[in-house]
Amino acid sequence: MMSEVAQDEEKWLGAGIAGLQQNAFYMHRALDSNNLRDALKYSAQMLSELRTSRLSPHKYYELYMRAFDELRKLEMFFKEETRRGCSIVDLYELVQHAGNILPRLYLLCTVGSVYIKSKEAPAKDVLKDLVEMCRGIQHPVRGLFLRSYLSQVSRDKLPDIGSEYEGDADTVVDAVEFVLQNFTEMNKLWVRMQHQGPAREKEKREKERSELRDLVGKNLHVLSQIEGVDLEMYKETVLPRVLEQVVNCKDELAQYYLMDCIIQVFPDEYHLQTLETLLGAYPQLQPSVDVKTVLSQLMERLSNYAASSAEALPEFLQVEAFAKLNNAIGKVIEAQVDMPVAGAVTLYSSLLTFTLHVHPDRLDYVDQVLGACVKKLSGKGKLEDSRATKQIVALLSAPLEKYNDIMTALKLSNYPRVMEYLDNGTNKVMAVVIIQSIMKNNTCVSTADKVEALFELIKGLIKDLDGTFDDELDEEDFKEEQNSVARLIQMLYSDDPEEMFKIICTVRKHILTGGPKRLPFTAPPLVFSALKLVRRLQGQDENVVGEEALATPKKIFQFLNQIIEALSTVPTPELALRLYLQCAEAANDSDLEPVAYEFFTQAYILYEEEISDSKAQVTAIHLIIGTLQRMHVFGVENRDTLTHKATGYSAKLLKKPDQCRAVYACSHLFWVDDQDSVKDGERVLLCLKRALRIANAAQQMTNATRGGSGSVTLFVEILNKYLYFFEKGNPQVNIAAIQGLIELITTEMQSDTSTQDPAADAFFASTLRYIQFQKQKGGVIGEKYEPIKV
Amino acid sequence: MVLVLALGDLHIPHRAPDLPAKFKSMLVPGKIQHIICTGNLCIKEVHDYLKSLCPDMHVTRGEYDEDARYPETKTFTIGQFKLGVCHGHQVIPWGDLDSLAMLQRQLDVDILVTGHTHQFKAYKHEGGVVINPGSATGAYSSITYDVNPSFVLMDIDGLRVVVYVYELIDGEVKVDKIDFKKTATTHSAH
Repeated sequence: MMSEVAQDEEKWLGAGIAGLQQNAFYMHRALDSNNLRDALKYSAQMLSELRTSRLSPHKYYELYMRAFDELRKLEMFFKEETRRGCSIVDLYELVQHAGNILPRLYLLCTVGSVYIKSKEAPAKDVLKDLVEMCRGIQHPVRGLFLRSYLSQVSRDKLPDIGSEYEGDADTVVDAVEFVLQNFTEMNKLWVRMQHQGPAREKEKREKERSELRDLVGKNLHVLSQIEGVDLEMYKETVLPRVLEQVVNCKDELAQYYLMDCIIQVFPDEYHLQTLETLLGAYPQLQPSVDVKTVLSQLMERLSNYAASSAEALPEFLQVEAFAKLNNAIGKVIEAQVDMPVAGAVTLYSSLLTFTLHVHPDRLDYVDQVLGACVKKLSGKGKLEDSRATKQIVALLSAPLEKYNDIMTALKLSNYPRVMEYLDNGTNKVMAVVIIQSIMKNNTCVSTADKVEALFELIKGLIKDLDGTFDDELDEEDFKEEQNSVARLIQMLYSDDPEEMFKIICTVRKHILTGGPKRLPFTAPPLVFSALKLVRRLQGQDENVVGEEALATPKKIFQFLNQIIEALSTVPTPELALRLYLQCAEAANDSDLEPVAYEFFTQAYILYEEEISDSKAQVTAIHLIIGTLQRMHVFGVENRDTLTHKATGYSAKLLKKPDQCRAVYACSHLFWVDDQDSVKDGERVLLCLKRALRIANAAQQMTNATRGGSGSVTLFVEILNKYLYFFEKGNPQVNIAAIQGLIELITTEMQSDTSTQDPAADAFFASTLRYIQFQKQKGGVIGEKYEPIKV
Repeated sequence: MVLVLALGDLHIPHRAPDLPAKFKSMLVPGKIQHIICTGNLCIKEVHDYLKSLCPDMHVTRGEYDEDARYPETKTFTIGQFKLGVCHGHQVIPWGDLDSLAMLQRQLDVDILVTGHTHQFKAYKHEGGVVINPGSATGAYSSITYDVNPSFVLMDIDGLRVVVYVYELIDGEVKVDKIDFKKTATTHSAH
């Protein structure tokens, strides 16, 4: 439902249009019959409708447009009239007889337009006369539309350079003077509008004013279209005069709109050349004006201008654009004491974007901007305003996106200082952004100093800031964060082993501050970084590495021992055990027997004391056996100790099948293909027999508990192990044993009580098929297999 | 024709930051019908990434996998082939072909896919095939030196399987092709 006021307005507008149309009708009749007197009479009556004060600017505009169309016809008539011999000077006098001032001035402007066209008087005189006469209307809305009309009809008749109205007496100076004067008057009317009417309707009035802004701005557009307004004139006359009006009107709405308008309508190169003047106006604006937005737009335009042509760049340097902008921003922030932090940061963010575009090579500028930002933020503690925080993130992200290289950001001394002001959550977000930038660009961080700086930057992820762990944090998010740190550690690399060792030590220093929650994520990548370094050194001759060298395999292994020990106290024994075994194998490859033994000892201690879950034990024991099987560095004694322990652990696993499998796996500890010293057929057989006993026991257990013998799978597995060692030439594993095992399995499978197990049947079938296959191979193998009956 | 991606031992983020960019650009969703992953992914993000390439995934557990739900071994059928997957750290000596052959007999499969050694291998054994796709990230290994990132694509068509090996050598992707045919005599037992 329309409000009462709106309904009334519609009514008034309707009445206005009706009156206008009625008089226009009579005016047309007068025009058709060339009756000048009637034409003037009815047109004046028609224009009287525009004297209303009841309409809002929006509705008034509707009425105005109708009058405007009619006035076009009248203008044509005047033109014809002069052609018919009527003096334009007389006409100019005649229309001034209209009784009311507003219709009189509209008619005067209309005739004035024809007057200029006739060139019977210098354009400048007519224009001056008109612009002065219009002062007669001081009602803001009526005045604005009248002057807008004047501006409209005179646009194509200004004595611009190259225009037909240019002459000895008429120059572009007059054209500019006319438009400036009209602009000034219009702006005054516009500003005054806010004081009209009751104070309670201020908001509504401001809205209405806002709707009228383009009428005022149109003048600036006209100015920008004047050919004769070159840089010189813009600098000397146009800009100072416009700014003077903008500053002096002391009106928030007008200042904001007009500053923006100046930036939008005049060419960028003019802005650049008049930067000082333009920027000088900003600190003088009302404190409530949203300077940051206008100023940001200016910087954005200038950035785009710089990007558009290479020729523009020297100009920027010549006018010292950066210094001027930086200075102006400082002044604006100083002048606008109430400007929120977000506003200030937005300004710096725009300036940063500007300098990144225009002076990508000037890192010092970037640092200056960040420094200025730090200055603004200092003493305020962590930011709590989310908008300001968002702006800071934009500010800090910009250099990363521009340079695609974290190394550049690391050179900016103020970069970490800005980060300090972010709240812990955002600080981490920023740290993740930094890491992502490194990952995306595949940046290699190659010195310990840089690593140090980088970790300082991302410390929000590395440790609990303020000494408190954020309990609120989602576990998934935490994992993701820490995994990104782990990925990052892979990107820290130097070709120089000494530097690499320094990098590793730097990383250790930082990740040890991360506490037990983070270490399981951050320690493994560091361990593998160190192991890669060990392998790199492996190829080097011991003598080449000087005595001073820090990065020796021994030193690195000490380092590794410490870091894994820290990890084992977290406690994460399973992970630590795996890493100890990795180290043992690396020590093996470096021919360091005592070191390898030490790592094994550590792994065994963890196995004995910390790993209690039976499933975890099974995996751990396989890893122990698998690693130990590959070790060649151990002398007989050490090897015996370790293998003895491993077999012992195997036989003590909780579940019989697991015991059985681990024990037969141990057989490989006594027979290694490529080690002649490790070929103890006897002990292999002992392992296999022990496995058989356990398999038997397992079956009896099933028998007892489930009433029926268990699956034969374990026996088939052991049979396969027999075949394995038989083929390898272990003299202890003979045909008789194999034959016995085959028969045992066959009997078991045929017994009534045995559990149906298709998988075991298939396994046995494929094993027998394998024997057949080997028989048919012929040669040495075929001969070996020949005696086995299946 | 069915395309099967086989890969494993990514060790992200313990030993490698991510899959090589060149591999990532080759592996696009919608082209692969099955994924076989031998394990050591090691984190959920990697699992999710693989799942985004193809939802039908067969994963077994590597010793560094955080997800304890992956099985130790897994068997399944694609077309006329029976396949088995196992990470391989359970098979001692590690990477030993004869021991892997025993696992193949135990799982009773035509194609056995294992990992752990970070070294690409594909060989025929008693009419079956044993494949190790290597490490998709070229991760450090105590077993293999100078690991190149690699993965395997299997094109299974009737009784024929073509194994394509993609290996990243000095920044260039090299492709190798190995052809296997399943002979009718194999597995006559069932």
